[in-house]
Order: sequence, then structure tokens, then C-alpha cells
Amino acid sequence: MNKIIEMKNISKIYRAGEVDVPALKDITVDINKGTFVSFIGPSGSGKTTLLNLIGALDTPTSGILKVDGAETGRLSTKKRAIFRGENIGFIFQDFNLISVLTVYENVEYPLLMVKETPREKRVKIVNALLEKTGMLDQKAKYPSQLSGGQKQRVAVARALTTSPRIVLADEPTANLDHDTAFMVISLMKKMRDESGVTFIFSTHDPKIVGVVDIIHTLEDGIIMKSEEVTHG
Amino acid sequence: MGNLIKIAFRNLYRQKRRTLLTIAIISVGVIAVLLFSALSGAFKNMMVGQITDSMLGHMQIHRKGYVSSLDNLPLDKTIDAKQMKKMGEILDRIPRVEAYSKRILMGGMLSNYMETTNIKVAGINPKDESIVTPLLTSRIKKGEMLKKGEILLPELVTKGMNLKVGQSIVLIVNNVDGSVNGQNLKIAGIVESVVGPTGKYGYIHIDDAVTVLRMDEPEFSEIAIRLNKISSLDKVTRQISLEIVEMKNKEGEPIFEVHSWQELSPFYNIAKMIDLMSLFINILLVAIVLISILNVMIMAVYERIKEIGTLTAIGTLPGKIRTMFLMEGLFLGFFGSVAGSIIGVILIIATKFAHITIAFGRNENILIDPAIPFDQMALITLVSTIVAVLASLQPAIKASHMDPIEALRYS
Ligand SMILES: Nc1ncnc2c1ncn2[C@@H]1O[C@H](COP(=O)(O)OP(=O)(O)OP(=O)(O)O)[C@@H](O)[C@H]1O
Ligand SMILES: [Mg+2]
Repeated sequence: MNKIIEMKNISKIYRAGEVDVPALKDITVDINKGTFVSFIGPSGSGKTTLLNLIGALDTPTSGILKVDGAETGRLSTKKRAIFRGENIGFIFQDFNLISVLTVYENVEYPLLMVKETPREKRVKIVNALLEKTGMLDQKAKYPSQLSGGQKQRVAVARALTTSPRIVLADEPTANLDHDTAFMVISLMKKMRDESGVTFIFSTHDPKIVGVVDIIHTLEDGIIMKSEEVTHG
Repeated sequence: MGNLIKIAFRNLYRQKRRTLLTIAIISVGVIAVLLFSALSGAFKNMMVGQITDSMLGHMQIHRKGYVSSLDNLPLDKTIDAKQMKKMGEILDRIPRVEAYSKRILMGGMLSNYMETTNIKVAGINPKDESIVTPLLTSRIKKGEMLKKGEILLPELVTKGMNLKVGQSIVLIVNNVDGSVNGQNLKIAGIVESVVGPTGKYGYIHIDDAVTVLRMDEPEFSEIAIRLNKISSLDKVTRQISLEIVEMKNKEGEPIFEVHSWQELSPFYNIAKMIDLMSLFINILLVAIVLISILNVMIMAVYERIKEIGTLTAIGTLPGKIRTMFLMEGLFLGFFGSVAGSIIGVILIIATKFAHITIAFGRNENILIDPAIPFDQMALITLVSTIVAVLASLQPAIKASHMDPIEALRYS
């Protein structure tokens, strides 16, 4: 299998005033194309930092990071924004839907504003994704009219509209109850199975990682263990 | 672009109360500017009209030095018949000149055989003078326009000496050579005085002026000129002044000079003052738009930090985020000034129907008739919109440069 993400001796140090905060220390890990990967670890262990690096939102302090062959750390701010728009889908802990846009418009947004896809194609893609995420009948609603689980389903659809290479979800279930959380993870898994997109998410809740392929456990900025899960 | 406009609109709609408040603030500013400009403009036009149409005319030509010694009404600084003929040719050639009136001004004594008083008198041709100063006839409170052998007396003189229309008086004047001459004249009418340097003059027929001054041929003190449109004042003043400088004396210096009413009347300063106040009120409007929009847009960016982070994270380029916020500011400025313009016009029309009158000088009940300033409305809307966009620029740039990681961490 070919690697979509390569990390070699990655470290990330934040400067908070006078003190340096090492958030990631010497991380070396590869992620294969199409896998469903989870990073788990306690609060402050570096999950968000790691996902931000993979998502080209941030650049490593040292080490080599390649995302789909590109060294995103060497790109300019604008180039990284373009890279994100073309290659990465994001799912957030707080859903982060645009409150003035409807469900349909939220899912359509990346196609319209980032990829500038023609209308006919947009309609097809958005409706298909809403169908798959079970949100088609809610498409005229505004985010404030949805439950948390529904919002996150819309967010999953939005993350997939541009057919990205990788979808990153930083604690996508932290604001959901257990059952809903499990449903969202299952939906992500289903979407991975159908599209073959690499899904990477972080959580501090070990109970919901049953469906993933690989679990990396982070602690204090170090990967303590990596285990493959065999589904029976 | 369409989507950016949609998002900007929805965001404005989301903050309905704040949006309405901002639009209302800008509207009030625009209404204030429009009303002030319309009313002060109407007042100014009325004032200028009273000044030029009562006595002064739009502009005047004199021999050089006459205006600076106007108090003495010197009889040796005149325009002689030959020069007048040439001057007439120049004025006839300029289509913007509607009419001109030749005047002979003199200072003298007025006697009713018992009392005497000082008086200044203008010798005029009644027909020309009525065109150049159309308000003269309406200034005649008693009696009527003079004919040859008659005199129009200013109200103040007749009151003091208890003179009535139809009575005879004697006008005694100094001639050019220093001798004294008098003439019997019948009082044709009494004219209301007007404010301004020449507002308390009496009038006699120009032929009587020539006779009483014992002139061999008429020599004129001034030519008062009326234009078709007062708006061409500067242009025509320049044109006439260019033509008459060609008339030179033996030393090669120009003999005559032309003055617009603005140089002859102290009221020009009031007109200028009104323009200055208009300017200040316009600057105030710009400040209102600038501050209110800046305030709203800073708030809008601040409360949407997380949303901006999300949009940036999923790949929206900074330019689009900037445009989104600029649109919001633009709409606030545009709709605020359009609403203000509409209400302003309604109020201006209302003042027309209200028939607001004021007293100016000794004239009462002069109607203030404001015009609807369409071009000013367009300009105000344009300027307010541009200022609104400029005010949004700093918040919009700040939003577009936001670090997505920081913005997403923000709660
Ligand atoms: N912008 C920043 N400036 C300074 N320190 C930071 C910054 N972001 C994160 N850190 C620090 O880096 C370390 C890792 O943070 P990170 O957010 O990656 O952890 P996390 O595993 O996502 O935690 P959580 O489960 O609470 O989200 C923490 O010690 C945190 O305080
Ligand atoms: Mg985190």
C-alpha cells in the first residue's frame, strides 16, 4: 500500500511568551492511503497539533512532513490554503457550520467558493452527499434548527464535497452523547468504505474507536503505541 | 461573487437590529445634509436674487478707480459717449448678457422749499433698468415708475421730510466743473430701501441727469449688467474683463474694470459662509458614516472569529473573506444613504408645501423654495458608499489575515 502521509522526526514547539512548549516530540509515523486512523490520547497530548500539521494549517518546527507527496511545510500561507481546499476535508469538534447558510448551502460552500464548480455538477454532488449522510430531507434548514448529531452529519457531507484525499476530524464526537458519537463514527467509516478517502480523527474516548483500522496513542507529544485493529 | 453577496446579506439580516440602527444613523446624517443644503441653498439663492435684482445687477463696469471712491460718486471718472459705444458693441456680442443699464450716479441735495437733505441719485433709463434689476418695480411702494421730469425717492427720505407722491421737489447737484445746478422734479413714487451699499438711492431719468449735470454729451458712471443665467457669472466676468482691458489710455493702462456682484456686495461673505457650513456638515456626515461602519464591522469580525477560522481552514482564500466583509460595509453605507435620500426628498417636498417664508432686510415674507438636489443625492450616496467600504477595509483585512488555528481555538 502506498503512503499518503509520511512523518519523519516531526517536532512542534509553540512559543508561549518567554517559554517554549514542546507539543510534539520526534514523531515518526506513516499513514496509508484509504485507511481509517484514530489518534487517541489525553488532553494536551498533542492530537490537535498533529492534525493541524497534517491538514496544512500549521507547519512543523523540524522534521519532514509529506502529505500526498507534498512538503506542505515549505508552502506559503496562500499556497497552503489552496492545498487545503483541494486535498483536505475538515470536520470540527463544534461542527462549525456557517450559521447563515442552510444545510444545502453549507455542503455546497466548498464547491462554490473554493473549487468554483459549475452549478449542475454542484447540485448533483451535494444532493448525493446529503442522501448518503441522511440529511437530504433537512436540506432547507439552518444549522440552529438541527441537533448536534445532525450538524455533524452535515459537516461530514461538507468535508467530502470536494472529493478530498484526506478527511481530518479533530474530536468530532466530543460534543455528542455516546450513541450519537458512535453513529457519526460509523457514518465516517461508511463514507470511507464507499469513497476510499483516508479518514483521520482524534478522540480521547477509547470506547468509540472500535471501527478503526489503526489506533495511535499519543502522550505528552510522543506516540506511545500504534496498533492495528483486526475486524472480525 | 453572488455567493459572497448572499452571505453578506444574510449576515446583515442575522443582526437585524444592529443593521437597522446603523442604516438609521447614516440615514439621519444624509437627511440632515440634504435638508440643510436644500434650505440653505434656497436661502442663498433668495438672498443673491434680492441683492442682484433689486439694485446691483449681476455685474458692473466702471472706470478704473470709481468703485474705490464710490462714496464720493466722482463725476470725472466716467465712461464717455465714444467709449460707451464701443462697450455697447462688446456687450451686444455676448449672448449670455441679457441686458445692461447705463447709469449716471450723483450726490446732491433735495429741497422741498422748506427743508433740505442729502441724497444720492441714479440717472437711469427706466426701460433698461427694469430689465437689469427686475425687483425695482416691486420696490415702488407708492406711485409708479418714473418718467422724464420725475423722481423716485427712497422711503427714508420721504418719511423724514413728509413728502408725498405728486409733490414737487428741487434736486441740487454739483457739476463736473464745480458749479451748482438745480432742477424741479415731480415725485413719481416712493421706493423701498434695500440692504447693501447702493440700496438707498433715488432714481431720475437719465436725460434729466444729463441736463442737471450740464453734460455736453452723456458720460456714464457705471453699466449694470444682467445675465441670462447667474451660473455663468464667472465665465462672463472673465470674458468681459478680457475684452475691456483692450481699451487703454495713453500710458497703455486699461481704463475700465468689471466687478461681479460678489465683489460689490458685502453679502457675498454670507453666501460664502453658507457654503462653508454646508461643507462642514458634509464632513460631519463622512465622519458619521466612517465611525458607525467601522464600529459595526469591527464587531462583526470579532463575533465571527470562529467562522472566519472555519472558512479559512477549508480553503477560502483571503481575498474572498475580505470581499465578504467589504460587501457588508458597502450595503450598510449604500442602503443607509439611499434611505436617507428618499426621506430627505420627502421632507424637502414637505417644506415646499409648508411655504416657509422669512424676512430679509426690509423685505418680509420672502418664500424659501428649496429645490430637490438630485445630483447632490447621487453624490452623497456615492460618497457614503465609498466611505463605508473604506471604513470596512481595516476590519476586512484583519479578518482575511487571521490565522485559522488561532481563530478555531477561539471560543
Ligand atoms: N497555540 C498554542 N500556543 C501555545 N501552546 C499551545 C498552543 N496550542 C497548543 N499548545 C500546547 O501544546 C500542547 C498540545 O496541545 P494540543 O491542543 O495539540 O493537545 P490535544 O491533545 O489536542 O488536547 P485536547 O484533548 O485538550 O484538545 C498542550 O500543552 C497545549 O497547551
Ligand atoms: Mg485538541
